[in-house]
Amino acid sequence: MIASADNHGMRKALSACISIFTFLCACLVVAPLGLVFLHLLRMGASSLSLDFFTHLPAGPGEPGGGMANAIAGTLILLAIACVIGVPTGVLGGVYLAEFGSQRVNWTIRFLCDILNGVPSIIWGIVISGLIVTRGIVLFGHVLLPKGFSAYAGGLALGCLMIPLVMRTTEEVLVLVPQGYREAALALGIARWKTTLFIVVKTASSGIITGILLALARVAGETAPLLFTALGNNFWNNDLSKPISALPLQIFAYAISPYDNWHRQAWAGALVLVAFIFTLNISVRFLTRGKPVRV
Amino acid sequence: MTTTAPPIAAARMKAPSRLGDRLFSGFTFLMAATVFLLICLVGWQLWAGALSSIHKFGLHFLVSTDWDPGNDVYGALPFIYGTLVSSLLALLIAVPLSVATAIYLTELAPLWLRQPVISLIEMLAAIPSVILGLWGIFVMVPWLRINILPFLRHYLGWCPLFQGSVNGPCMLAGGMIIAIMIIPIITSVSREILTSVPHLQREAAYALGATRWEVTRIAVLSYAKRGIFGAVILGLGRALGETMAVTMVIGNTPQISASLFAPGYTLASVIANEFAEASDLCVQSLFEIGLVLFLVTILVNLLAQFVLKTFAGATVKQ
Repeated sequence: MIASADNHGMRKALSACISIFTFLCACLVVAPLGLVFLHLLRMGASSLSLDFFTHLPAGPGEPGGGMANAIAGTLILLAIACVIGVPTGVLGGVYLAEFGSQRVNWTIRFLCDILNGVPSIIWGIVISGLIVTRGIVLFGHVLLPKGFSAYAGGLALGCLMIPLVMRTTEEVLVLVPQGYREAALALGIARWKTTLFIVVKTASSGIITGILLALARVAGETAPLLFTALGNNFWNNDLSKPISALPLQIFAYAISPYDNWHRQAWAGALVLVAFIFTLNISVRFLTRGKPVRV
Repeated sequence: MTTTAPPIAAARMKAPSRLGDRLFSGFTFLMAATVFLLICLVGWQLWAGALSSIHKFGLHFLVSTDWDPGNDVYGALPFIYGTLVSSLLALLIAVPLSVATAIYLTELAPLWLRQPVISLIEMLAAIPSVILGLWGIFVMVPWLRINILPFLRHYLGWCPLFQGSVNGPCMLAGGMIIAIMIIPIITSVSREILTSVPHLQREAAYALGATRWEVTRIAVLSYAKRGIFGAVILGLGRALGETMAVTMVIGNTPQISASLFAPGYTLASVIANEFAEASDLCVQSLFEIGLVLFLVTILVNLLAQFVLKTFAGATVKQ
């Protein structure tokens, strides 16, 4: 407890010691980041070449080869995820910010947080069970045949995106000043038009920020893709067939026993991290100085 | 201004149609409700997928240690054990570090240093699990094997936790990699909790002549205890479900061993490893493992949300 002045020096010293101790803890927390980066740069940069971006994977022991198909696959999967996750997430966020009653909103926010905590591997087996083993058949028409497909992988990533996008959209929309809505409504503009063309438009940069952050988050996901997109060593133009993705390829190469595949895994990891950090940093740059929580 | 505008015939003006508004708000409600549908869908699919395994093994599934796809006999205890031990190990490592870092960043660090360190921790959170796993396989595990494990065995070998042969992938490596993955979330939630402690608390303690650490201990930590507990539970929820990085370093052997040097297996990693090439009943058992994992993470997250949302004065976002 706070005691008399005679041990003031001791107490000051203790305070300083704790400061140093917590500083060391902070250093330890940041250390893995530095170590991972160091190895990514050292191992990845030496294995990275132009071939990596233009060639298909090489066999074990073969020199050269790249991950062109995996890079394209990741972009395709992210595009499908956006098609599913963005409209659902943004419109859901609109509901939370503009229409919902307090109790409904509380419930939906709560469910969003719970959904965020569901392990991503669970999404993998659930989408696999729903789509890969059954296909999608509607009124006798086969919309999506059975089997691993880019659609299933994108859907799994899209499901991961929905709660993320919904929460950030809501957070940005409530920052739009109430006066904007009132002014538009006073002009006789219908509520839905006010919402879409004034409120959402005003907040659009914040919403895009949220979408990009969600993309950066799901771009590195491997577990939901293992049993949905599966991976593929060749080019794939057919979205109802298995498709490769950078994280899948990195995983497959990392656990393989071949040295040249390990080097390729490091190169792939470097590219993936560069992609994710570029997304993150560009978002921060875009929203710098704006009153939007990133 | 004498030009006479035609008087607005208020009586004849039609009220604006509400149909568009109703359709729009109804549609956005449907979109918001998908989160509910998704949770139901996940629960239903896991239950339906696991049905015949549940019928065949019953509750015995949870306490049986046999995992033998050759004889079509499945029990989940080694995985439950592995998940619990690796997660608790991760908490043991991550909680002191994260809370100390959060205290440093909100109370003790010089102002100019705070934002850069916060950004670095956010970057750590952005590293994909599979890349941490890659680093774990090729850098962390060899380092542990050469430097740390023999040291631990030499000095702490009297304790069953640190006995046995040292051969790379092990429970300790799994716990460490999970710790690295949950440190950012525990730190950032604890930091928000500490930031939300009212300034009056601190000022009162300072006015009594407390030093910086005493202010932190008396005025801040005792106020924020409950919230920090919530952050830890949230971290536990993440730890239980970590998949890729753990799968790559934990050794993937379904056994229950007291030693942290022995390889283990977790619920998430057995799904990741075996689901793709599993036969009928094995798939069902893996769905049941998924169901167990799903229910446990939901319960843990419910607890975390409950603690965080009832924490006085906190406006905590994840």
